[in-house]
Amino acid sequence: MVDLSTEYLGLKLKNPIVPSSSPLSKDVNSAIALEDAGASAIIMHSLFEEKINYENEHFERFFHQQSIGHGEAEGFHPVPEDYQSYQEKHLEQLSKLKSQLDIPVIASLNGTTPGGWIEYGSALEAAGADALELNVYYLAADPLEDSQQVETRYIELLQSLHSHVNVPITMKLSPHFSALIPFTQQLQKNGAKGIALFNRFYQPDINLDTLQIESKLELSSSQESLLRIRWTAILFDYLDCSLAVTGGMHNHEDVLKALLAGADVTHMCSALLHNGPSQIETVLQNLKQWLEEHEYESVEQLKGSSSRQHAIDPAAYERSNYINVLDSYTSPDGVLR
Amino acid sequence: MTRTVTIDGNQAAATVAHLTNEVIAIYPITPASPMGEWADSWSASGQANLWGTIPEVIEMQSEAGAAGAIHGALQSGALTTTFTASQGLLLMIPNMYKIAGELTPTVFHIAARSIACQALSIFGDHSDVMATRATGFAMLASNCPQEVQDFALIAQAATLQSRVPFLHFFDGFRTSHEVAKLICIDDDTVRAMLDENLINAHRQRGLSPAHPVLRGSSQNPDVYFQARESVNPYYTAMPAIVQQTMDQFALLTGRQYQLFDYVGDPQAEHVVILMGSGAETTHEAVDYLQRQGEKVGLLKVRLYRPFSAEALLKALPKTTRKIAVLDRTKEPGADGEPLYKDVVTAIAQQFCHNQAETKPQFATMPVIIGGRYGLSSKEFTPGMVKAIFDELQKDSPKNHFTIGIHDDVSNTSIDWDAHFRTDAHEETFQAVFYGLGSDGTVSANKNSIKIIGESTEMQAQGYFVYDSKKAGAVTISHLRFGNKSIHASYLISDGDAQFVACHQPIFLERYPMLDMAADKAVFLLNSQEDKDKVWDTLPADMQQQILDKNIKMYSIDAYSVADNTGMGKRINTIMQTCFFAISGILPREDAITAIKDAVQKTYGKKGKRIVELNYQAIDETLACLHEVTIPAQVTSKIEISSPVSKDAPDFVRNVTAEIIAGRGDNIPVSFMPSDGTFPLGTAAYEKRNLALEIPVWEEDLCTQCGKCPLVCPHAAIRSKIVAESELQDAPESFKHRAMLGKDFPKDMHISYQVAPEDCTGCGLCVDICPIRDKSNASRKALNMSPQPPLRNQERRNWEYFLQLPEYDRSKIKTTTIKGSMVFEPLFEFSGACVGCGETPYIRLATQLFGDRMIVANATGCSSIYGGNLPTTPWTKNKQGRGPAWNNSLFEDNAEFGLGIRVAADKHREQARELLTTLKSQLDTKLVEEILNADETDEAGIYAQRERIVKLQKQLVKIDDSQAKLLNQLAENLGRKSIWIIGGDGWAYDIGYGGLDHVLASGRNVNILVLDTEVYSNTGGQTSKATPRGAVAKFSSGGKPTAKKDLALLAMDYDGVYVAHVAYGAKDIQTLRAFLEAEAHDGPSIIIAYSPCIAHGVDLSNNHRQQQLAVKSGHWPLFRFDPERIKDGKNPLHLDSAEPSIPYREFVKTETRFSMLWHTHPEDAERFLEQAQREVTHRYHYYRQLAGLDWNDTVSIAATKAKLATTELVTTDLDNGQSTNKKTES
Repeated sequence: MVDLSTEYLGLKLKNPIVPSSSPLSKDVNSAIALEDAGASAIIMHSLFEEKINYENEHFERFFHQQSIGHGEAEGFHPVPEDYQSYQEKHLEQLSKLKSQLDIPVIASLNGTTPGGWIEYGSALEAAGADALELNVYYLAADPLEDSQQVETRYIELLQSLHSHVNVPITMKLSPHFSALIPFTQQLQKNGAKGIALFNRFYQPDINLDTLQIESKLELSSSQESLLRIRWTAILFDYLDCSLAVTGGMHNHEDVLKALLAGADVTHMCSALLHNGPSQIETVLQNLKQWLEEHEYESVEQLKGSSSRQHAIDPAAYERSNYINVLDSYTSPDGVLR
Repeated sequence: MTRTVTIDGNQAAATVAHLTNEVIAIYPITPASPMGEWADSWSASGQANLWGTIPEVIEMQSEAGAAGAIHGALQSGALTTTFTASQGLLLMIPNMYKIAGELTPTVFHIAARSIACQALSIFGDHSDVMATRATGFAMLASNCPQEVQDFALIAQAATLQSRVPFLHFFDGFRTSHEVAKLICIDDDTVRAMLDENLINAHRQRGLSPAHPVLRGSSQNPDVYFQARESVNPYYTAMPAIVQQTMDQFALLTGRQYQLFDYVGDPQAEHVVILMGSGAETTHEAVDYLQRQGEKVGLLKVRLYRPFSAEALLKALPKTTRKIAVLDRTKEPGADGEPLYKDVVTAIAQQFCHNQAETKPQFATMPVIIGGRYGLSSKEFTPGMVKAIFDELQKDSPKNHFTIGIHDDVSNTSIDWDAHFRTDAHEETFQAVFYGLGSDGTVSANKNSIKIIGESTEMQAQGYFVYDSKKAGAVTISHLRFGNKSIHASYLISDGDAQFVACHQPIFLERYPMLDMAADKAVFLLNSQEDKDKVWDTLPADMQQQILDKNIKMYSIDAYSVADNTGMGKRINTIMQTCFFAISGILPREDAITAIKDAVQKTYGKKGKRIVELNYQAIDETLACLHEVTIPAQVTSKIEISSPVSKDAPDFVRNVTAEIIAGRGDNIPVSFMPSDGTFPLGTAAYEKRNLALEIPVWEEDLCTQCGKCPLVCPHAAIRSKIVAESELQDAPESFKHRAMLGKDFPKDMHISYQVAPEDCTGCGLCVDICPIRDKSNASRKALNMSPQPPLRNQERRNWEYFLQLPEYDRSKIKTTTIKGSMVFEPLFEFSGACVGCGETPYIRLATQLFGDRMIVANATGCSSIYGGNLPTTPWTKNKQGRGPAWNNSLFEDNAEFGLGIRVAADKHREQARELLTTLKSQLDTKLVEEILNADETDEAGIYAQRERIVKLQKQLVKIDDSQAKLLNQLAENLGRKSIWIIGGDGWAYDIGYGGLDHVLASGRNVNILVLDTEVYSNTGGQTSKATPRGAVAKFSSGGKPTAKKDLALLAMDYDGVYVAHVAYGAKDIQTLRAFLEAEAHDGPSIIIAYSPCIAHGVDLSNNHRQQQLAVKSGHWPLFRFDPERIKDGKNPLHLDSAEPSIPYREFVKTETRFSMLWHTHPEDAERFLEQAQREVTHRYHYYRQLAGLDWNDTVSIAATKAKLATTELVTTDLDNGQSTNKKTES
């Protein structure tokens, strides 16, 4: 019997499939379905500080500032007293998930201000989160801010939150860092219990009809996992903290590759949205079958066995490999060479 | 311990009413609406009444409906109430006779308001309640918010005992909206006041099959009279019952009231008698005059009906020799107003009667004079009270006088000393604040009153004065604080304010606000100028006043502080902090803590970030508030200029300009039109300069599509086509471009010009502009740019543009946007909200038909931005033609418009008869041409007008009475376009009966329903146009029923043209609908989607919201043209495609819907699902209607019946499919 268990952020998990922050956690029933399908933990959809602020401003604009200064109309909307805010709803949902699920619930937070990270991080801890995933997405688009300053932002944020909460913290990063190894080492040194590679965000897209910029989020494909697997393999050798791969985990093959590279867990989202929670069951079954067929005893045994250090060709992770890639290109049918 | 609250009169009345009733039937009307809103929101949030049950609040379609519902609820034994005012009360009168006639206990709470006569007015007087004197209701007057609360309970208790229903009234605005500190009545007191046996007796009298009776019979000459007299004992007993109730109330609360409360010298010789808030001011004046040794007194009338002559006489000092009775109403043609006559009668009756029996109370009959005061909230001051007492001193004081105006026509007015002051405010702190409607000044001041009222022992009073505009309105807050009770029910006046704040520097040059400043007052100015330069921005007069009065001045750049602290443009907390920091009203630290507490209380946990931002702003404010060093002399050259140009007509300069400048109170009677008739085009004189940015036209990019003038809510961007040769003398910066396209001659140029000082900066023209620079997508053919640097240049260009000739209407292709937008708008620069969704439709109608239009306008937003003084946006063209406009009422607009049509038709018919009769004496060819004229297009209409002029020239030469008559009626031979315009509150609710009748009449009227899906003007109450799931006042839990399909109802009449339009979604369809509707020789109704700030969206997204409404199926576009039936075609033409986005996509963008997910998420989901089904079903139903085979051999009704019985519709929808794929577009 293959042992699928793994350890992530100090949490003992029965297998390495942890559904990532997605709409599936917005509904208790779909979260239960994930658990029933075999999820070993769940990452809740993110709490966005921007959304909290937007809601605040909206409330201010349409309820408290609605007067237009006309004698007949002091306002247009009844000001609701029983208004449940986005944050309250989110925390209530977290508590509900905690009470309905046996698996750990990892809260995800996307903050924008130092105060916000601490306040909302503490609130999530208080609502019962087993760990916190910091979904940091910061676009370094300020010409006056250099790369060092960008990294310092992350580290200071982590430090301050770390000093305010007791649950383990994992950092979900974007791939846009020039030197990920020292940077993630710094994060680890400052209290990160894990690193999740990499977040996927809404991307601005140009609407060709209106020329307006519109934000879009497309579901991922397995292809996207490769960048993550590469960096997992590289970071595995330099970090002691947990590693998670998120983005492009669609089937047991993606999961296996991530584990081979050194991931402790893999986060699934698009595949679940496509195929429903049962996809976890399928992946786990296939994963088990593959491990058995290849005579592995446990996931632990497999983890990191193809990290850069352990790889058959370590340099392959580093090289651009243009030559090989070009070599592997096969011309379409009917095209003469 | 006594508990105090700082609330306004409306809230005080609603509190008691909600606590002591089971059924509350309501309908919105200013200034009573907030009472219904309070009651509704308390019930919606589960607040129970005294007996532990939540009162049922039901909104009706009109006050007449509310009265009917109340009558029914009362007859079923429920404790029932309502709130209303003005025309609303008049609509209740028929039922009030019934309710009183059946001896039914109830209390109606009335925020007394003027009645629409020569003009509507939302302000306070007793005209409405006085019109109900004969109904049999008891009438009890409250004079201040404390009394409103107390009398609401006294009335409730007394009605149960006496079985006589009560009208409990107080002055609209002055009392209904005055915020004051009052002592609460606790529930135990309420319980002690209301006898359970009496409540039970009321229930037992209710109709029930368990003990059936017949009530409301029809009686005949034999017994009706006797039966009518049978109620007398109830009215005889009533004054004593009310006095006993007042006495019981006094025992419980310590506040003793009398039927007639006398104040003043017990030996007074001269007494003033009145009721309402004016009595408070009189009280203050009498106290003062008495201390000055004058033998004067005041009699406050509490119970006006039944009128107890006995109690009145008992209350008057025996020494009374002269009496002035003041009425806040006018009864034209009467020999005195009602209260005056009642007093005269009471005294005369006793005098005559007693002479025969015992000794009369007065040795000689006192001199009694009557006067009118305070109509429509006209100021009533201690100086006026003094003037009345001075008048009484005269040997023959003026009877039937007026006070408070200058009547130079009938010379009724008596003069008063505007400088007279009592000593009542020597220890009162008085402050005035000038703010912009949307800048939060009023809410901040209400907050300050609460802070002071609730955290100190001080008395507090707040009253707020608004101007008539919706966009860019000025608000003046009048605040008083002091240790003594505050009786002043008048505004803070010149020289009285210890604190004057100007929250917007643009007001410096508009209002002489330091006139109000007392000596050594503090003046606070929000200005972007540096503290060392701010002095130079003041007008010279103001500088002089600062020097003369030793005024201390402070300045703050509140907008910078707001911006720096993340508050955006919200300056209310900042200005409030300044007030507390420098007024000295509270110790600074305490005040700052109190403001922070108030912020915390408002936003609490849910607005933590906002709380933090406010805290930061408060702290930053203190650092940025500076005292201004006052130089030794006046340095400014700035003068406060006339608000209109010197070239304006006399009336505009003498009347309109004075009202704009805030000096309307000084206009004498002789200057005012006696029949309410005003000139058009006055909005153009009022340059408000509201826009921070205005659109700038890039003529090189522009494709001349005409969309920008089409969407402009204020007609501030226009196009004109002129020959290039006409443009030789154009200012250098005036832009024009050769016409594109083949509809115009080659040498023609077009210009798109902005009125820089009339534009409100909404940006909708830029939003709709479809053209982008190929190498810079952010640059359009119109772009917003800061107004100040452009103002002078564009003002010149605008003036030049205006004097350019109009293009020949008959040569324009009206069916294109580009063409129709060349027509001159005859509705411009209204005071509507920035980005208003209604006004583009009205403007479009005036462009197309303005020169032949008569408008019947229902009361509502459109009558306010259309006809509220000082100015009107309705205007005329260079030939002097334009829309003639009138607002009759809210409820009767369709009928009013029909009457206009009927008269026009009658006159046309008569003119044609006369023309035929006189044919032999006239140019017969001309007569034939007139009689057979084709007026279906602009050329035809113009030709007919020319013929009529020719005809009139011939007619004046004929010396014949018929020729004279025809000359008078000749204009009716030309086409008139009758428009009936109003909002959804009118069309769907209060006016629906009339609308239905007019649709059925077959007469040629055009009805424009500006559908904002809510009562916008009165503040966002639910109408039957409100969609399912939308949160509005009176449906705070989301409207549980679907929007009424007015179009479908109208289509049931086969001769009615019906269109459903949304100009921001499909402008050409809107244009076609207007043209077809007007061309249709029968009733037409255009139901126009009108985004409104009540939807909880930023109106800069107006077009997006219209598009979402259409795409989601919420607002399908279609036209139902009965003309098509004649050709055997289906009249219904769908103009929008099948819903292409989920309904959720639409509703999530509007706060009116989205807030429900935060308060009642399950209901919100349920409503959404229902609404989604409904819009889908509606579209499919319409598509099937549009696809029906429609020919003369099959009757329309039969065709529809066939559809109604076709199972296919629902079956297929359930499958998510439709058999009929034929979609017209």
